Amino acid sequence: MDKTWNNRAWFMVLPVLVLVAFNAIIPLMTVVNYSVQETFGDNVFLFHGVGFFQDVLTSERFHSALLRSLAFTAIILAIEIPLGVAIALAMPRKGIWVSVCLVLMALPLLIPWNVVGAIWNLFALPEIGLLGRTLNGIGFDYNYTRHPVDAWFTLVLMDVWHWTSLVVLLAYAGLSSIPDAYYQAAKIDGASRWAVFRFIQLPKMKRVLTIAVLLRFMDSFMIYTEPSVLTGGGPGNSTTVLSIDLVKIALGQFDLGPAAAMSIIYFLIILLLCWIFYTLMMRNEEQ
Amino acid sequence: MSENTAVAASTTMPRAAAARATARSGSRVRLGWLVPTIYIVFLMVPIYWLLTMSFKTTNEILGGLTLWPHKFTFANYQTIFTDPSWYMGYVNSIIYVTINTLISVVAALPAAYAFSRYRFLGDKHLFFWLLTNRMAPPAVFALPFFQLYSAIGLFDTHIAVALSHCLFNVPLAVWILEGFMSGVPKEIDETAYIDGYSWPRFFTKIFMPLIASGIGVTAFFCFMFSWVELLLAKTLTSVAAKPIAAAMTKTASASGYQVGLLAAAGVLTIIPGAIVIYFVRNYIAKGFALGRV
Repeated sequence: MDKTWNNRAWFMVLPVLVLVAFNAIIPLMTVVNYSVQETFGDNVFLFHGVGFFQDVLTSERFHSALLRSLAFTAIILAIEIPLGVAIALAMPRKGIWVSVCLVLMALPLLIPWNVVGAIWNLFALPEIGLLGRTLNGIGFDYNYTRHPVDAWFTLVLMDVWHWTSLVVLLAYAGLSSIPDAYYQAAKIDGASRWAVFRFIQLPKMKRVLTIAVLLRFMDSFMIYTEPSVLTGGGPGNSTTVLSIDLVKIALGQFDLGPAAAMSIIYFLIILLLCWIFYTLMMRNEEQ
Repeated sequence: MSENTAVAASTTMPRAAAARATARSGSRVRLGWLVPTIYIVFLMVPIYWLLTMSFKTTNEILGGLTLWPHKFTFANYQTIFTDPSWYMGYVNSIIYVTINTLISVVAALPAAYAFSRYRFLGDKHLFFWLLTNRMAPPAVFALPFFQLYSAIGLFDTHIAVALSHCLFNVPLAVWILEGFMSGVPKEIDETAYIDGYSWPRFFTKIFMPLIASGIGVTAFFCFMFSWVELLLAKTLTSVAAKPIAAAMTKTASASGYQVGLLAAAGVLTIIPGAIVIYFVRNYIAKGFALGRV
């Protein structure tokens, strides 16, 4: 769209700016403050420099948590994106079933995250949970409270159950925007199913898919409540992802310095990834 | 005459080809329904499990696996509806989610309009900065929010939770609304001004009805992300504005492990979400195709 230059537009943006800045900048300033200051209680703060940052960046605990978060995100993306697209491709385009499908698929997205964790906590219990009992019945020695692999399996399955619908809805929206004429032209040309997907559907979905990947990447990297309720960090700390570790340090131990330093590093990682995605997205749009 | 038949032939040929093609795709669709059906069954099984657990007694749940309640009981729901510490949780949650949705949408509307129609100093950077807040990890903000809202005396109030959720909901609202607004051509604005509309009248009488489905989608997402969020809601409240999510965590500690009660509470948290999505189902199917999300 042809936008006109008008600096008075800043007034329109002001409420949003105030709301978000209040919630974003002030807390971040606090966090930065804590990350460079050492306290011995009694509100006495001494400047500590980059000590906490060094501690965090070299700590084994941080590296493990970071690796777990990255691994989790990679697995989630590898499963949810293709699965979501496949389901969106198979969904009906018109008719009454569209609404029914969409409503039912969107249901897991609206469940409070602690309830999601609680559902799967109970569902996967080895003795009395449907999933747990079934898996044990088939022959697996399944116990997510004892075996790290089982805990990871349950965690991934829970997240797929919870969030794949978002990818489905987004991909479906992208597919819906393709005019019928494209499909008719393809059929006249005798294009195969795969060719239709590759040359018509995928390019049109590119933008929505970028959004889907971005959202899923960020949300899975920041996940806190579901794994916390499901495993509380896992047998030992096998499912302690970055945010769980951070909350343990910040709200559990009230170690302000290290928690603040870790928060900043965590946030910077996310900002970097967000910036990369945003640039890719903008470049896509320009094309 | 032959020319007409040639033209007729050339128009019927593609139609015939298309007809054959749809017949072919019809048989594809006949098997194609299998995938969404399996997926939906997969989604519904844990919810069904939760539902059955809410109607069982705790003894039956802990005793072993039963696929449906052998001893059907309403006791769990009775407890929730009669005990204020339970149902107030729902009331509190609904209050702050509604406040948040209202604030987010109302604030986002003019901002999205500005981003969609105007260029101004720093607009791209501002938009990007807003987006980064959508990506703000709640874990990072939990402790600072606790201190900030305590410092301004808003700890344990609904408005505190509503405002804190604005951190990620307002950018999302601006993002979605801007996408929808960009779909409305600028010519409409200009025509309205020529017709003598003032900006507020134009916005409320002409523009907003045009993006109604966009507002619906935005409100839905704001509701959704605020309703499901636990960490900030739990951190900023203790008694007066305790959300249902925090109330639920107490069943694990108080009088043993009351699984049935937990399940019933869980089922009741799904209901507002189901209602909202039922109301916006048309907007979602339509609005998704139009907008950015």
